[in-house]
Amino acid sequence: MAAALSAVEHGMSDVLLLERDHCLGGILNQCVHPGFGLFHFGEALTGPEYASRFVRRVQSTPQIEVATGTFVSELRPGKVLTCMGREGVSTIRAKALVMATGCRERTREMIQIPGTRPAGVFSAGLAQKMMNIEGLMPGRDVVVVGSGDVGLIMARRLSLEGARVGAVLEIQPGPVGLKRNVVQCLDDFGIPLYLSHRVMWIHGRDRVEAVEVAEVDESAREIGGTRFTLRCDTVLVSVGLIPENELIEMAGVDVDRHSNEPVSSDLNYTSVPGLFVCGNAYRVYDIVDTVTRDSLLAGRQAAEYVVAMEGPDG
Amino acid sequence: MAYDVVVVGGGVVGAAVAHALSFYRLSAALVEKEEELSFGVSKANSGIIHPGTQNPPRSLRGRLCVEGNRLIRRLAESLDLDFMEVGELIVAFDEAETSRLWQLKQEAEGDGVPGLEIVPRGWLRDNEPNLSREAVAALHAPTAGIISPYRLVYALAESAQLNGVELHTLTRVENIERIAGSGFNIVTSKGNFRARFLVNCAGLHADRVASMVSVPRFRIQPRKGEEYILDKKRRYITRHLLFPIPTPESKGILVTRTSDGNPMIGPTAYDVDDKVDLSTTDEGLEMVLRVATRLVPAIDRRDIIAYFAGLRPAAGDDFIVEVDADAPGFVNVAGIQSPGLTAAPAIGRLVTRLLRGQGLELASRRGSRQETPRHFRLQSMSPVAAEAAVRENPDTGDIVCRCETVSLREIKDAISAGARTLDGVKFRTRAGAGRCHGSFCTCRVMRVLSEETGRPITKISKRGPGSELVSEDRAGA
Repeated sequence: MAAALSAVEHGMSDVLLLERDHCLGGILNQCVHPGFGLFHFGEALTGPEYASRFVRRVQSTPQIEVATGTFVSELRPGKVLTCMGREGVSTIRAKALVMATGCRERTREMIQIPGTRPAGVFSAGLAQKMMNIEGLMPGRDVVVVGSGDVGLIMARRLSLEGARVGAVLEIQPGPVGLKRNVVQCLDDFGIPLYLSHRVMWIHGRDRVEAVEVAEVDESAREIGGTRFTLRCDTVLVSVGLIPENELIEMAGVDVDRHSNEPVSSDLNYTSVPGLFVCGNAYRVYDIVDTVTRDSLLAGRQAAEYVVAMEGPDG
Repeated sequence: MAYDVVVVGGGVVGAAVAHALSFYRLSAALVEKEEELSFGVSKANSGIIHPGTQNPPRSLRGRLCVEGNRLIRRLAESLDLDFMEVGELIVAFDEAETSRLWQLKQEAEGDGVPGLEIVPRGWLRDNEPNLSREAVAALHAPTAGIISPYRLVYALAESAQLNGVELHTLTRVENIERIAGSGFNIVTSKGNFRARFLVNCAGLHADRVASMVSVPRFRIQPRKGEEYILDKKRRYITRHLLFPIPTPESKGILVTRTSDGNPMIGPTAYDVDDKVDLSTTDEGLEMVLRVATRLVPAIDRRDIIAYFAGLRPAAGDDFIVEVDADAPGFVNVAGIQSPGLTAAPAIGRLVTRLLRGQGLELASRRGSRQETPRHFRLQSMSPVAAEAAVRENPDTGDIVCRCETVSLREIKDAISAGARTLDGVKFRTRAGAGRCHGSFCTCRVMRVLSEETGRPITKISKRGPGSELVSEDRAGA
């Protein structure tokens, strides 16, 4: 939304905003905790509040056409998009393209936690969606694997909803999430944080029953005699985020094989002229205010690209 | 309920037996203890249609594998399956291994495997560029292929059902009573089934089922295999299925790909005691990576997006497909480890012949349908075809799973074909099987399952009772 608004501010009169979901706002909609907007708005907002300020501006900007419920199934070289929705399939050709596709969570599968594969192992973001969007309790007795921000926030959220959060486990010697989240989400709720600890085994055939945990050394190897068992019915995995760049990869844009970020010479730029990536799809940022700042820049960069190619509104 | 034939076990073998029987005028039922078919041994199958190159010489396994490989082609057409013939290479790294290749070739040719050829280093460079430079030769078997194991099971079962076979899930066999001179009374968790003939396709539990009827002459030894799936982005890493030289225990850790395009490495092979132990281990992963990267050095552990373990129901070296000597009318199909998926259609035929030998009348069913309804699959459609499909049914354009591009229409189709769980939907449609592993689509799939089946959301499970996904519905919907 920030990029679309900024493109209009910089002279564009025909901006199309595509969104998969049925409403704008993306992941902010499930982030009901406060702390968004301290820099951009100078006040602490919840995720939905932060998003709604942009939604209102987008809706009152006639130069922006919004297409929600629209899934981009293909991106071809030349900035040609195939879009699908309940209304049909369409092909769109853009002069400049800004990708603000965010990121996905690393999964249990990507960090190879040994043991069984029962129900009750969720990514922290999925649990957040269950709780905050769907009103569904993912479980009652929770262990969080990884001390990423989403995991810390969900530890607090589920405690507030009456679940017992037995532990947050972090394989690194220090917490990964923001300091303020460690204090406000764990310390204030008496949730123990185990640093340099790894899940050695998940137990349970149908539903999670327990996890075995052990302390690890600097090379993440188990230290003998430190293994213990935590009973739980739910394991939340919060072990990092990966930029979602499969579409630009499809169009031949260079994407770093390991970070999944676009190969870039300058902020928001990609290997394809006129194709910009901003926000968490460009780099995984800590706070939304930075995402907004860089996305406003991406809108301007896209507008300047179009102007340079063929004059204002060519 | 009384039937001519009851088949115990809804894996690929049970489904193939039910399918083979469904073309005859008789009444049959398939009973399965899990909530859906293919939830036992078959769900962890690697999906390889083997050419018949690595079986003990003159074994039943070998014969049924070669016949199954031939039969699967016609089935794939009539049942709309995603079979692809890709060929396999058994790779030799030195002279001693190369001479083993000649031996394997001779043995396989004795079993009737067609088109075998020993290919030299130069051929490998040209035709399998990512194969290790240390490979010196390979046995090329062009008839090897890949298929979706679950879709094979579901298609066989749907076809059987269309032709009158009853399917009963969540139906666990508790006891079997022999009725003097007239068959069997099968006591299950869902009531009694009477049958003139009984076929035991109970996979890992085949020894338990057999012992309810007579004294079994076999014991099922679970042999675990761990498999690791890589991101689809790496789908072109290999062209053929790549095998090392087999050992007596297994065909070894290999590099294959699923019919959906994900490379897959594994499986390990070690005996375990526990018939429900589907855990994966650190040691298994390291072993798989070590062997797979020896074959294809470009394989990277960071490309792993999923992993699972399966249990092979071994009963000695060979398959057991025979009438129980002490119980006329009772056929045991046991020890169906690899290449069971390939052999399944041939096993279906063999069981039918055995039952005829026991006195089952086999009159062709007039008007039986060879084909199943085609399942809609958005991912394989052109944009023009997709446009028409969306106009006909807007659910087609409503994308539920973004990683695998699965539409609401496909989810609803899967449910109307029998899916009741998250795994059932995943196995049929691939929703949740991609790189985000269901983080984005799980809630939506749960909602659709709840709406379409009328079950409360708290009853929606991963793979059946006991694996419910959420503990409470606070929205009170």
